[in-house]
Amino acid sequence: MTGVLAFLGRNTLGFLRYVSGLYDLSAKAAYWAFVAPFKGRPVKWGNAIHQMVLAGVDSIPIVSTISLFLGIVLGLQGAYQLAKFGATYFVTALVGVSMTRELGPLMTAIIIAGRSGSAFAAELGTMKVSEEIDALEAMGLDSVRYLVVPKYLAMLVMMPCLTLISDLSGILGGTAFEMAQLDKTFAMCLSATRDALVMRDITTGLIKSMVFGLIITKIGCYEGFSVKGGAEGVGTATTSSVVISIFLIILADVIFTAIFYFTG
Amino acid sequence: MIRVEDLVTHYGERRILNHVNLDFPAGETMVILGGSGTGKSTLLRHIIRLERPTSGKILFKNQDICPMSEEQFNQIRRKIGMLFQGAALFNSMSIEENVALPLRELTQLEDSTIRIMTRIKLDLVGLNGFENYMPSQLSGGMKKRAGLARALAMDPEILLFDEPSAGLDPITAAGIDSLILKLKLAFRMTIIVVTHELASAFMIADRMTVMDRGEVIATGTPEEIRHNQQPRVLQFMNRIPDGEQVDAQKYLRSLTEN
Repeated sequence: MTGVLAFLGRNTLGFLRYVSGLYDLSAKAAYWAFVAPFKGRPVKWGNAIHQMVLAGVDSIPIVSTISLFLGIVLGLQGAYQLAKFGATYFVTALVGVSMTRELGPLMTAIIIAGRSGSAFAAELGTMKVSEEIDALEAMGLDSVRYLVVPKYLAMLVMMPCLTLISDLSGILGGTAFEMAQLDKTFAMCLSATRDALVMRDITTGLIKSMVFGLIITKIGCYEGFSVKGGAEGVGTATTSSVVISIFLIILADVIFTAIFYFTG
Repeated sequence: MIRVEDLVTHYGERRILNHVNLDFPAGETMVILGGSGTGKSTLLRHIIRLERPTSGKILFKNQDICPMSEEQFNQIRRKIGMLFQGAALFNSMSIEENVALPLRELTQLEDSTIRIMTRIKLDLVGLNGFENYMPSQLSGGMKKRAGLARALAMDPEILLFDEPSAGLDPITAAGIDSLILKLKLAFRMTIIVVTHELASAFMIADRMTVMDRGEVIATGTPEEIRHNQQPRVLQFMNRIPDGEQVDAQKYLRSLTEN
């Protein structure tokens, strides 16, 4: 019994320490991103743009390809069920709404967590282990300002862009399937998608994508800064950042989907 | 210039520095000697405030730096240059960009001026012509020199060296020592060197301090340290290993415990 209580106690304290550390990092990053510029300490836009290219532009091929396949799969599975009711007309709406409201932002976030979240953890973890972060601090340069804020800004800008690309690719994938198997024309699919979608479908997806982007950056950077113990520590941090990010992304998705559902 | 008063620090439950008191007068080169794990590097990290003590004071020109805000202390950090044990160069930047970084971020100087100043510092450490090399293309000794050039970028009043000869062959290590001497003679900086290399220490020190198990056990001129009769100082100076002390009960417990 004592062992169980000790285990629970240790892990609870560890969890609280983790949350507290995340909060500290987020508060500092928010200060440098949104308050310090008004006090004559501007954001390092050069670094931010470089991160936008790395995390955003370079992810376009993988995000669009996976989303294209996802759209085809959605079309296939949707048609399989809806054919029983003679309702294959609604496959287009199914693909469009599913992609924009849910699968576009979610799949993009999962891909970026694996691609960029792990890269953030590995980069910062390696810098921590080789004392580069200490060297930055020793020069009087704030490591959060120089290393974390550009990544935050990059993700805030690029996640919605990537989500839109994902939505389009998914819809195109579904359209390709429908044109091949359901005897629809491109114009029919385009028209049906336009009729099915409302602005809210797209905006809810984009809001989610920004939140997911913040989660990926926070966890990736925090894991990187927390690395101890050399190469093994960097490896552990990289894995943890992906796993924890994906878990929190799904959790946030549940919360936001419920909010959007109950607020109509 | 710097005074450490009654400094105590812990890593978790383990006490690392135990009521350390030291003075670092301006213009003097102080070498802190001691074996591995005696708290030398930890003391250096506290002086640059990369770590915070459990208790005690660190005074920089009679101002206690411990309660200062990060912003306030960053102003003082500009007067301190530090060479880390592994040089800690930023691997994504060339040598020139590494050295120029503090000048670009902390001054309003023109790019052309920064470039000239950077090349002056690189020339000072013997790395003229290597400006566009990446850290991965340099040898260990060259990385240390580049790290030193970066530490000198803002013309600091104080230079800190954490094991400058670590991992270097004797010839390269001697090169780093003579560089430190050159800086000492040319700029009369306050220099604090943490090392366990006796040859380097006696070559560069104005004063020396020996640490053992988180405490200062001896401090004085190189001659005073050389003739110090304390057992641990003698053991360190004469490179005598620790004797084996067998505690039979403890040994048996270590074999049989889970």
